[in-house]
Amino acid sequence: MATYSTNDFKGGLKVMLDGDPCAILENEYVKPGKGQAFNRVRLRNLKTGRVIERTFKSGDSLEGADVVDTDMQYLYYDGEFWHFMVPESFEQHAADRHAVEDALKWLKEQDFCVVTLWNGTPLAVTPANFVTLKVVETDPGVRGDTSGGGGKPATLETGAVVRVPLFIDREELVKVDTRTGEYVGRVKE
Amino acid sequence: MYGTDTPSSWRPSATLEILRERARLLALIRAFFADRAVLEVDTPVLSRAAGTEPHLCSFTTQYSGPSAPSDGRLYLHTSPEYPMKRLLAAGSGSIYQISKVFRDGEAGRRHNPEFTLLEWYRTGFDHLRLMDEVEALVASVLQKPLSLRETQRLSYREAFLRYAGIDPHTADTADLADCARRHGITTAIGVENADRTAWLDLLMTHLVETQLGRDCLCFIYDYSADQASLARVRPGTPDLAERFELYVQGVELANGFHELADSAEQRRRFEQDNAARHARGLPELPLDKHLLAALAHGLPDCAGVALGLDRLMMLAVHAQAIQDVIAFPIDRA
Repeated sequence: MATYSTNDFKGGLKVMLDGDPCAILENEYVKPGKGQAFNRVRLRNLKTGRVIERTFKSGDSLEGADVVDTDMQYLYYDGEFWHFMVPESFEQHAADRHAVEDALKWLKEQDFCVVTLWNGTPLAVTPANFVTLKVVETDPGVRGDTSGGGGKPATLETGAVVRVPLFIDREELVKVDTRTGEYVGRVKE
Repeated sequence: MYGTDTPSSWRPSATLEILRERARLLALIRAFFADRAVLEVDTPVLSRAAGTEPHLCSFTTQYSGPSAPSDGRLYLHTSPEYPMKRLLAAGSGSIYQISKVFRDGEAGRRHNPEFTLLEWYRTGFDHLRLMDEVEALVASVLQKPLSLRETQRLSYREAFLRYAGIDPHTADTADLADCARRHGITTAIGVENADRTAWLDLLMTHLVETQLGRDCLCFIYDYSADQASLARVRPGTPDLAERFELYVQGVELANGFHELADSAEQRRRFEQDNAARHARGLPELPLDKHLLAALAHGLPDCAGVALGLDRLMMLAVHAQAIQDVIAFPIDRA
């Protein structure tokens, strides 16, 4: 893997720090006119999700991390692992609970998502920004009330609970923004 | 983050309105010095000798015409200090210059490798009297945009005691590293074996300077002797450098000296700088013989200061990044 100097530290670059893969979030160059230059760097540890700060001497370097985001289709859960497939190559990857945890409530079989691989192993799974899911549980719909005012909780087929307008009924499909967990609209089959 | 080419990269990164403000600022500065009968001068960007500051890196270029040095190498100046002192020694009286200066490797929110420096020298002034003049100039530019409170003056020691809780003159390397840890600064391995002055720079940039000059001008003066650069050192316990810096809104804006006039001491500092460069694996640089000869001839008692005009512009227009006040920063150059 290549090494990157502080000059290459740009948002999104994946590097190894303390044995863990991290993504650079911010890199600030500070230097007194006549003094030593430093880089104050904020990184996200891709294993734990934690954001850390670290100060480097300018010009020092870090090993790159073999981290790639790949579009994959979610296939099935075997009771221990979640299985994903790269549609072009049919290559399959098994992700453990830690990797899928944050995406679980949005994951439906056959749906596409982004799987982050580190050295070929799934590190994290990110659902599509918008998913369409069926409502399996909610109070009966109030016919005619399309104002969208108020709202009520609805349980979706993946287990996610989302606030929906009063007119939404059981068995209907809704579109949800997975980044905010908010209802976007009703989807006709 | 800067540095990505887009279809609009040909455009200036500063708005035309800010560029017009910039032109107005230059006119205001020239009027300020004309009023005080300080002479505008123009010294070369290219030089056979280079600034020896261990933490500044000069650009080099090749010259092949008449009077070329044997290896053809010329340096782009990191500041116009040496030739301006030669003018002073030649009897110019007080002088100022607005020039582009060049420092390799420096790019960030407050740095561009090529930037505009206002540098001036006042004969018969010491650093304290020059601080008053710096205050008059900067306040005339920033008073309105920042509604400045009363100017602060803190010694380097007072600033460290107040904002880092440590005495910079007595603390050793381990104390300084401890102080950084206590304040929640986590450093990479490369920093751990830094020397004492590098730790002082780290605490300065991370803890102290961010607190300096909130809605006011804040002068820091009396640096430790090992940070004297080209300032006179006043003997005492400890010895102190007659050097000052100006901070506004946590931004380092200017650096001034009661100028060292002793040629032999200047040669010692050059040699110390080169030794420090050698220890760090950096190339040693040719000493400026013309400067040493000028000092030997006699530099009038004077104080001088260099002020970053791009940063002054940033403060005047509330810009967060230097790229907002330069037409074409390095990624668009």
